[in-house]
Amino acid sequence: MPDLSVLTARFDPLKPFLPWLLLALGLAAPFALSAYDLNLLARFMAMGILALGLVLIWGHGGILSLGQGVFFGLGGYAIAIHMKLADLPQGEIPDFMVWSGRTSLPLWWQPFASPVFTLAAILIIPTLVGALFSGAVFHRRVGGTYFALITQALALAFSTLIISRQDVTGGFNGLTDFYSVFGFGLAGPGTGSGLYWLTLAVLCVAFIGLRWLLASRFGMLLRASRDGENRVRFLGYSPTPFKVVAFAIAAMLAGIGGALFTLHAGVVSPALIGVVPSIEMVVWVAIGGRYSLAGAIVGALLVNLARDAVSSAFPELWLYLMGALFIFVVTLLPRGLAGLAKGKAA
Amino acid sequence: MIRFRLFMLATTACALTLAGCSSGGGNGSAPAGDSVSVGVLQSLTGTMAISEITVKNAEMLAIEEINAAGGVMGKKINALVEDGASDPSTFAQKASKLIESDGVSTVFGGWTSASRKAMLPVFERTKNLLWYPVQFEGNECSPNIMYSGAQPNQQALPALEWAVSQGYKSFFLVGSDYVYPRTANLILKKHIEKGGMQVLGEAYVPLGGTDFSGVIAKIQQAKPAIIFNTLNGDSNVAFFKQMQAAGISPKTMPVMSFSIGEQEAQAMGAGLVEGSYAAWNYFQSLTGDANAKFITAYKAKFGKDAAITDPMVHGYLDVYAWKAAVEKAKSFDPDAVRKAAATLGGFDTPMGKVSFAANQSLVQKAYIGKLKADGQFEIIADSGKDLAPEPYDAIAFPGKTCKL
Amino acid sequence: MDALFLNQLFNGASLASLYLLAALGLALSFGLMRVINMAHGEMLMLGGYLAWMTLLVVPGALGIILAIPVAFIGAAAMGGIIQTALIRRLSARPLDTLLATWGVSLILQQGARDLFGAIGVEVRAPEWLTGSFMAFGVTFPSARLFIILIAALVLGGLALLLLKTRIGLLVRAVNQDRMMASATGIDVSRVDFTVFCLGSGVAGLAGVMLALLGPVTPNVGQSYIIPAFLVVVMGGLGSIVGTTASAIILGLFAALAQIFVDVSVAQMLLLVFVILFIQVRPQGVVAVKTRQLDA
Repeated sequence: MPDLSVLTARFDPLKPFLPWLLLALGLAAPFALSAYDLNLLARFMAMGILALGLVLIWGHGGILSLGQGVFFGLGGYAIAIHMKLADLPQGEIPDFMVWSGRTSLPLWWQPFASPVFTLAAILIIPTLVGALFSGAVFHRRVGGTYFALITQALALAFSTLIISRQDVTGGFNGLTDFYSVFGFGLAGPGTGSGLYWLTLAVLCVAFIGLRWLLASRFGMLLRASRDGENRVRFLGYSPTPFKVVAFAIAAMLAGIGGALFTLHAGVVSPALIGVVPSIEMVVWVAIGGRYSLAGAIVGALLVNLARDAVSSAFPELWLYLMGALFIFVVTLLPRGLAGLAKGKAA
Repeated sequence: MIRFRLFMLATTACALTLAGCSSGGGNGSAPAGDSVSVGVLQSLTGTMAISEITVKNAEMLAIEEINAAGGVMGKKINALVEDGASDPSTFAQKASKLIESDGVSTVFGGWTSASRKAMLPVFERTKNLLWYPVQFEGNECSPNIMYSGAQPNQQALPALEWAVSQGYKSFFLVGSDYVYPRTANLILKKHIEKGGMQVLGEAYVPLGGTDFSGVIAKIQQAKPAIIFNTLNGDSNVAFFKQMQAAGISPKTMPVMSFSIGEQEAQAMGAGLVEGSYAAWNYFQSLTGDANAKFITAYKAKFGKDAAITDPMVHGYLDVYAWKAAVEKAKSFDPDAVRKAAATLGGFDTPMGKVSFAANQSLVQKAYIGKLKADGQFEIIADSGKDLAPEPYDAIAFPGKTCKL
Repeated sequence: MDALFLNQLFNGASLASLYLLAALGLALSFGLMRVINMAHGEMLMLGGYLAWMTLLVVPGALGIILAIPVAFIGAAAMGGIIQTALIRRLSARPLDTLLATWGVSLILQQGARDLFGAIGVEVRAPEWLTGSFMAFGVTFPSARLFIILIAALVLGGLALLLLKTRIGLLVRAVNQDRMMASATGIDVSRVDFTVFCLGSGVAGLAGVMLALLGPVTPNVGQSYIIPAFLVVVMGGLGSIVGTTASAIILGLFAALAQIFVDVSVAQMLLLVFVILFIQVRPQGVVAVKTRQLDA
């Protein structure tokens, strides 16, 4: 592990300006980076939004979810269905429905033609599914390891289901080939930068919102139920609603991240939401630091950049590296990179 | 505030890395200097790596051979290999990197339909050209893709015709749960019904699934004359093993497979599947000097036990077709190259003389093979004539045509 | 009755025996240490590859019989290494153990890919295991009967071990109250180690059984590990009876669901079933009575 304190110390005089500097740097990225690199950065930032949710539930709530891909997928598919419909000539159905033997649009696709409904769906569907699912499990005081295993099964079941209902979901291929979103052409000159700024804005809002939430009474009770669920009960609180709300918020962030990711990647498919990608999401946060919002964002960016750089050149090495790094971080560095920076600087 | 500092540090690092990466590549598709860059984009990691690495090898072999013989229009080919990681969004990302950052003239790659579908918008946007080497379900025709793998009418339907000619009148369709099996089976079903024959059942198992007890029970219940199998990869081993355990052998109930090639047969232990049938456009056992030369060259480079399969040969011939088209067009411009490719006429390949049709798919023969104990196929029938590719099956998808 | 129904009833029993063999080790160590080993699936894989290697050395009818102890010992040893090197150090952090062992599973899978190739190898069942016989319109493949028999033997063996031997006594003591057991002078960490090795060994044995039905590939463990997790979730903490009952329920459920729906949908229904089940009985099929609040 590199000693980060040496590097970070240099920035000390800048301390009060740092957030602004960072923001300026983020805002300026479209002018400094090529379209491809900007797209890559935007993708990883969308993943960072999901990672923030994991800090809330895993770091501060002690709830390990191995199924965040499900909510990522719900958001991604919602926007993808909308874009599929938007590009459709009058009276036609998407090509994959034709070759899967369908002759008409399924009823539940139709409301997604409305941009307002789609935006609402991206926010509400993952949140609602997250709340209902976690409510059903937490309500019977099932948690901890059991919950992690159930979420993993959820990721498996959800991705299998999407694949098997090819006629309405696009199956294993997923949904792709989009041209416009809410009236903007995706290939247009300013769209790339616009979507990037949108992602940056959402990331900032999510970051600030969660900072506030974690510092609030809600955050305190969430941490309390992580550390001693029964003690919280003895104090007269029921921990279940706190955990359910936290999980629903994390699901919402994952959904938003998924929708933005789909816009940047131009495709949403079951390969992004199954068991392995869902665990990898936890890996980002573990490496960045599960208690730190900034750490989670950094983790998502760094792991994905590293994968991008390593997996083509050394495909075998990548899996060893990821496995070893993960074991190392979880065992010896539970606070991740953020903990390292903090520990050394303090 | 330390959190911010760290965040900033990492952001700067990311930005620097990105900037560093982007400065490496050239731009545009008119290569300067004495080399031309092409992309080779296959999954080197993940579930598809087993199959795709062999296609990558074949493509690299063709590139090396061409370079050794003096290159294309006097320029050496510089192959940039990227990992699609068995994930469609990664394929799209890497395709865009190869084209937009590295400035490649063309890309060879893809295996699953999912990877092709995800790359298609990238190629259409950048007006580049993808050479796709695997059999697929049709229903697509893009000016920016050259489809050398079989269309349904070049593999699945010839297999059906052969089965009918052998007197098989009732069918059971079993496949992995993804797009190719479901769509190929839809087409097969329409043709079977039109021919007045019967589909007695249809079953799908998740990709990589290994429990076939339920499927086999349904097959035993249905008692079909022949099984059409579109299972992928490992699932085949489990399927044939459990069939054998249930007392059904390829001899008592024939199985026609669309995804078992020499590589799979070798890995499965040919004894298990001996006597079962497969349909492809290429078998390693094809005669001809070009094939013998290709097999020798491949084995010399990748080991004498290497099996040669249909998609590998398609990947290999794609590179040569690109070279021929570039030389005909006297240009590396993708638009000129694809037009030249479609009007190349016949060219020699390990699978015999083939050509590209106006719809940018390959005109080729279909062969039916019967698996022998040594893992090779005995070719027992062929389509006779060259089959013109039909992306849209006339019976299953009436009224659809390929407009380029 | 419908032949398909009877066939699926038998297939359910066969599936249940596989689930049981895959889940027993998980359930044992979960009951004792409250940790789940995500690399448990790779113990199945290891068992499969060991069976394949055994058959290379000793081909023929007896090879598979010999492969069973080889796979058991090999997987137990690997389990011992993982337990000593990693799990013991993380004992107070069950969720971190889960994650760290997932890292181990990645490395083991890639290791197998590099050692044996990505395509996988085939274990050929001996002649006496390849046949099948018919009765009441149901096909009974010998291989599946053999697996059910082995599962029953393993279950019986474990029951004897836990109920009749001294080591079983120690395990039960630690299972019921770790602190108290430790206070009476039981070497708790040795009990942990033994149970973990035992559980991994059973998984290795399950790998041999899987090799009779399918290919041995680097990710062979993945296809059974998630159902095995569900068996543990539904079984109840540390109860062999609960784990067995839950394996049978889920095996039958998965097989019978396939009469009506595809395998894919059956998988989804299995999860829905487990979630509904814990609404009714959050403590699992069989609950070990305890006065502890933070179980």
